[in-house]
Amino acid sequence: MNELVEHGNPQNWYLVLSTILFSIGVMGVLFRRNGLIILMCVELMLNSVNLLLVSFSAYSGNTEGQVFVFFIMVVAAAEVAVGLALLVSIYRNLASTDINILSKLKW
Amino acid sequence: MDNFINLTQLITPASLIPLFPLLGFFITALFGKQLKHFSGWFASAMILLSFGLALHLFLNLPANQSLNFNLFNWIKWGNINLAFGFLIDPLSLVMLLVVTGIGFLIHLYSIGYMHHDEGFSRFFSYLNLFIFFMLLLVMGNSYLIMFIGWEGVGLCSYLLIGFWFKNDSYNDAAKKAFIMNRVGDLGFLIGMFFMLFYLGGLDFETVNANAINYPAGSSLLVAITLLLFVGAMGKSAQIPLYTWLPDAMAGPTPVSALIHAATMVTAGIYMIARSNLIFALAPFTMEVVMWVGVITSIFAAIIGIKQTDIKKVLAYSTVSQLGLMFAALGIGAFESGMFHVVTHAFFKALLFLGAGSVIHAMGGEQDMRYMGGLGKYIRITWLTFLIGTLAISGIFPFAGFFSKDEILAASFGANKTVWILLSISSMMTVFYMFRLFFLTFSKSFRGTEEQKHHLHESPWTMTLPLIVLAIFSVGAGFLGMPAVMSSTHYFSQYLAPVFEGSKSLITEHHHADHGTELMLIGIALSAAAISIGLAWSFYVSKNQIPEDEPQGLSKWVANKFYIDELYNTIIVKPIMVISDILFVLVDKLVVDLIVMAAAWIVGFTGRTLRLVQTGNTGFYIFAMVIGMMVLMFIQLVY
Repeated sequence: MNELVEHGNPQNWYLVLSTILFSIGVMGVLFRRNGLIILMCVELMLNSVNLLLVSFSAYSGNTEGQVFVFFIMVVAAAEVAVGLALLVSIYRNLASTDINILSKLKW
Repeated sequence: MDNFINLTQLITPASLIPLFPLLGFFITALFGKQLKHFSGWFASAMILLSFGLALHLFLNLPANQSLNFNLFNWIKWGNINLAFGFLIDPLSLVMLLVVTGIGFLIHLYSIGYMHHDEGFSRFFSYLNLFIFFMLLLVMGNSYLIMFIGWEGVGLCSYLLIGFWFKNDSYNDAAKKAFIMNRVGDLGFLIGMFFMLFYLGGLDFETVNANAINYPAGSSLLVAITLLLFVGAMGKSAQIPLYTWLPDAMAGPTPVSALIHAATMVTAGIYMIARSNLIFALAPFTMEVVMWVGVITSIFAAIIGIKQTDIKKVLAYSTVSQLGLMFAALGIGAFESGMFHVVTHAFFKALLFLGAGSVIHAMGGEQDMRYMGGLGKYIRITWLTFLIGTLAISGIFPFAGFFSKDEILAASFGANKTVWILLSISSMMTVFYMFRLFFLTFSKSFRGTEEQKHHLHESPWTMTLPLIVLAIFSVGAGFLGMPAVMSSTHYFSQYLAPVFEGSKSLITEHHHADHGTELMLIGIALSAAAISIGLAWSFYVSKNQIPEDEPQGLSKWVANKFYIDELYNTIIVKPIMVISDILFVLVDKLVVDLIVMAAAWIVGFTGRTLRLVQTGNTGFYIFAMVIGMMVLMFIQLVY
């Protein structure tokens, strides 16, 4: 990691940070069973990508990446609205947000 | 200029002619249950409208002119441009009047005849559909339109023969008619391909214009005409494709009158008359047409002598008369052939309808052995039937006399052997027709008491067509009187423009002088008289009734020379055996195996892969992440 920072440019710091954030998000989605936390982890992944896009935008000096970020934020907001609504509905029916209970839909 | 305006004004009525029966078909087919017995009247009215329009065209089409118009471009592909259009000329007008006129009378007749049938509306929808296709056939300005009508009438024939579909043997008869016609249609179709390829199109104008460039007797034209003639053989029931027509009598009697006597079976004659130019350019085909006609005429007449079913006699009579018409065409006497088509349509429709009236009176009995003495009970049928019998026998002054005499005179000029054979066949015609007449109407009743009690004249809807047709059977002949009686032959004069092109190509048989003509008439009439006398002595004086188990030669004749059995043995059975073998070897072993294997593989894959669907969300997400990683890895490596 040191080599990365020393021989590269400051941009690499953003790369490393967003990679870490993204990995945390993936791990959370994979290993947590609480639906709410999974949604949060998905948000984390999205925002790590946003960070990366913004940093690249600043680095390369055009605004395209920033425009993308706005789009992603809008989509994320919509996604969260639907996801939370689903979760509320699940909680009302099962009194739990554990996704492992939701395994009736199978072969 | 006047004529031009006149002609364009006729386009609309001409295009409307086939539309009325089509409309009638849709309405009677869709609303038959609601219309009940009204559908019969409605269907008849549609045909009457078409007849009115045809009459309008007939009266207003200027002499020596024809109306040829395209409604729309139908098939456009490469250099081929096939239009959908109609041709109204004297030839098609004659056919139009016959089809719609006799068609209307038979519709009217059917209202009475089919009154108690549960399929009343269905019957009329089929009849209307038939008239529609028949009109397409005669009105089309190209072989393609003619072929549409050709196939359509075949379909309607099938539907109507098998009208009482609960009876298996009727269904078999319908299938037989359909399949045998397919054999002929294949010839027609291949002929059309030849024309499209070598003569640059399918409409009559193009074909004729291009055919004239070929030398007479060129192999191409011979091939085309022979193939067309194969089609005509199937549709018009000529040897060897005639066996379907007698079986087609399974259908209701009006169907036999309309389709299997007056109109559809004459389509072959119409087609050859329409193609008279290319046929005239192929002398070999003309020879074939003539001989097939002559042989069919005499062969069917022989079989007709020994039949006991009233409709079967008439069916073989039709085959025989069609043979006579083909013989006329083969000689090159196209107008005479068409003239006989028209007169035959009148008196054969009359005879069939009369037979229907007899069957109606007898409560469904068709066997002449159980009839007899009916003349006393059903006067109108008796009288009209007598007129029909005299007309088909060619007794002066009934219609058949003039047309038959014309054909005989033409054959006398062309080929003496043909003349002798046709005269013999005419003699036999007279004999079996009077045999039928005497067995049915003379002497005393041979049926059961119950039938005797039931005997009654038919309602007016049935007798009126009989009377009208009887009037025409008497009068139609005067349209074409032999030269010895009148200086103008209206019928051939009217049709002359149609056959103009071919006239110069046919070796002109110099018109027989008046002496010869009178001699021929004398011979024909005395031959007819002898036949009537023979029939009288057998069936009235000696009061013979055909025996149930004929012996010797007459057993062969009564069984139609076992032609059906022969066809069964040499064609139907081998095909059955081959299809059985193919069923086991190809269908069961090869096709089934491939299909079953494909189904099994799909099933197996599905059964295995469905286990992936665990229902566990965590597992799905895990699989998704793994998948993304694999994709990323592939992206990095390649």
